[in-house]
Amino acid sequence: MSTGTTRLDVVVSDVVPVNELVTRFHFRRRDGELLPTFSGGAHVVVEMRDGERTRLNPYSLMGSPLDTREYTISVRRDDVGRGGSLFMHRSVKPGLEMVISYPVNLFSLDLRAKKHLMLAGGIGITPFMAQTAQLAGEGGNFELHYTCRTASLGTYADVLRERYDRRIRLYHDDLDERIDLDRLLSTQPLGTHLYVCGPAGMINWVRDRAADLGWPSEAVHFEHFAAPQPGLPFDVTLAVSGKTIRVDEQQSLLEAIEAAGVDPPYLCRGGVCGQCETNVISYDGKFIHNDHWLSEEDHRSGCKIMPCVSRFEGKSLVLER
Amino acid sequence: MGITFRKETFRDDFTFKNSPEHIRRFPFPFHEDSYMYAVNIEPHVVGPKGSVLENLIDVDEHYVAEMQDRALVLAEDPLRCQSLPHMTLAGWDLLELLMEQQALGYPEHFTLARDGDRWRWINRPLGIDDTFTFGDTSTLPYGPMEYITRQSQGDFCILDQRDGNLWMDAGMVTTQADWSLDFDIGMNFFEWHAPVPLAHEKGIFTRALKFLTNIQQGKPARRLNWTMTINPRLDTSPENYHKWGPDRTTVTPENVGDKVHLRVELQSFWRLPRSNGIVFPIRCYLIKMDELVTQPKWARRLHRVIRDLPEELATYKGLTRYRPTLVEWLSKLDDGSATSPGFGPD
Repeated sequence: MSTGTTRLDVVVSDVVPVNELVTRFHFRRRDGELLPTFSGGAHVVVEMRDGERTRLNPYSLMGSPLDTREYTISVRRDDVGRGGSLFMHRSVKPGLEMVISYPVNLFSLDLRAKKHLMLAGGIGITPFMAQTAQLAGEGGNFELHYTCRTASLGTYADVLRERYDRRIRLYHDDLDERIDLDRLLSTQPLGTHLYVCGPAGMINWVRDRAADLGWPSEAVHFEHFAAPQPGLPFDVTLAVSGKTIRVDEQQSLLEAIEAAGVDPPYLCRGGVCGQCETNVISYDGKFIHNDHWLSEEDHRSGCKIMPCVSRFEGKSLVLER
Repeated sequence: MGITFRKETFRDDFTFKNSPEHIRRFPFPFHEDSYMYAVNIEPHVVGPKGSVLENLIDVDEHYVAEMQDRALVLAEDPLRCQSLPHMTLAGWDLLELLMEQQALGYPEHFTLARDGDRWRWINRPLGIDDTFTFGDTSTLPYGPMEYITRQSQGDFCILDQRDGNLWMDAGMVTTQADWSLDFDIGMNFFEWHAPVPLAHEKGIFTRALKFLTNIQQGKPARRLNWTMTINPRLDTSPENYHKWGPDRTTVTPENVGDKVHLRVELQSFWRLPRSNGIVFPIRCYLIKMDELVTQPKWARRLHRVIRDLPEELATYKGLTRYRPTLVEWLSKLDDGSATSPGFGPD
């Protein structure tokens, strides 16, 4: 991942099962030095050597930014995903040497906020682990609402309650507990910033209600945990490098381009940062744009694609790579 | 062997001078015989020994005198240093960056010792030896940004990143080329670049912003910018225009070599780790024409660049009044032969 981010050589120092779906991984630097400082909401891209394949998945750093002796991430196992989380769960053991990227923050706290209102769904709790630690250290004003399916799947809910007591509110789907969103959003003090991380449905719900209730978009922050979706295989011609490649069902277009020895830039690998934006030279077929970066007009134009998450169905596609 | 710091002034009697070694290391900004804007941004990596890029934060023979000049500017006008309340964390980020880089590059002059949050900073050229608690503003005589930028050459803009834009929300700006932190503070990237001609039409700012918002930790970037200044004045601020503006009328064929200075800014861009802000150090280098033309390649090339500069750019850079005098003087040093590629002297 030479053109993406600066890399760090790490060793897995601990692997801790958290519940039936989530496992936590600890990384330390191989040279024993401190890891780089980071800010709450940052992620690292973890490089996985899975046989012939190299997988690159982003995970939020969930430790305190005040302690960089180790980095911790939590990975939710996805049995029907493309295999990255399964690789982490099955093959990553203490002592394994791995390569991760420097931290990148695309879900930063707005430090002007008078109050930080945080909404998490499921594994979307991870960036808030670091953000709450950062704010608690600075005496910041925050409140976290966390929805999970059942109490036993409330990853780190106990830790958060222990640390922050009544600043944490829990909602369990199996008990039919739901956030009273309209009431929550309409009773916040002026200067509150809203942060949401979780499934796409939850993010859309929160953003839509906030907009309807008159929240300025600058005060609403969100992070999608959008992994690339599998789909039908397709062929792509890379005009600059003169290669024709096949994108497999379980592979993203970006991964296929990298496997062909071309090194496009990237940061998030989740369709939000804009780094891997690529011009389309010609196409015959239809795009499946899964990104949140390009405008609707860009999507309609057929001139651009974000290869980290977007796919294609049709006869031919030529990209400027 | 340490640096020998010069005793010199940037005002009144203007005793500023470059030593012969410093003339050769001057960051001459023209790689060809003409100049037009470009997004000339490249990775900020360590360059050749003896150049201004030998260390990522450069300290040179003008250090002590520049810091004394900064203190004079601040005494007259404290608004040259401002930090909005949410930028204190970024100030600590900058303090760490500058102490680390200065101690790394110049161990004979600067020492940083850390014991957890207890830090000791020794700055020998300025006679400072302070122990403080990192993160606790009450343990320093100034806020973290002001403390460290009173001890670092160049101006510093700290930018907050939000809503896909950059906001100038803190800075120490005392050596600027006719712009004002007090005017720009709180503005976003497009607002503070609004006065620049031509570049908007070329889409340069949109592309530059996209690049800057993607700057990553551990991967700083840089670019060079330039203008000209009459007399070696570091502080050419709008606030003090009445002092330096009239200097432009004093250039004569006899004093061009001594009065007219090329002013080059080495701008670098760094992602700050705790605050996720960007810091934008603007390091100013001055060289008078008499010093510059000791390198024949630079003399020939500068003549062609200034002669052919588009009118809008000459106006924006404030050259209009003395450009003919300067071009005439430089033309005598241009024998018409080709200049070699690259920035450095032959």
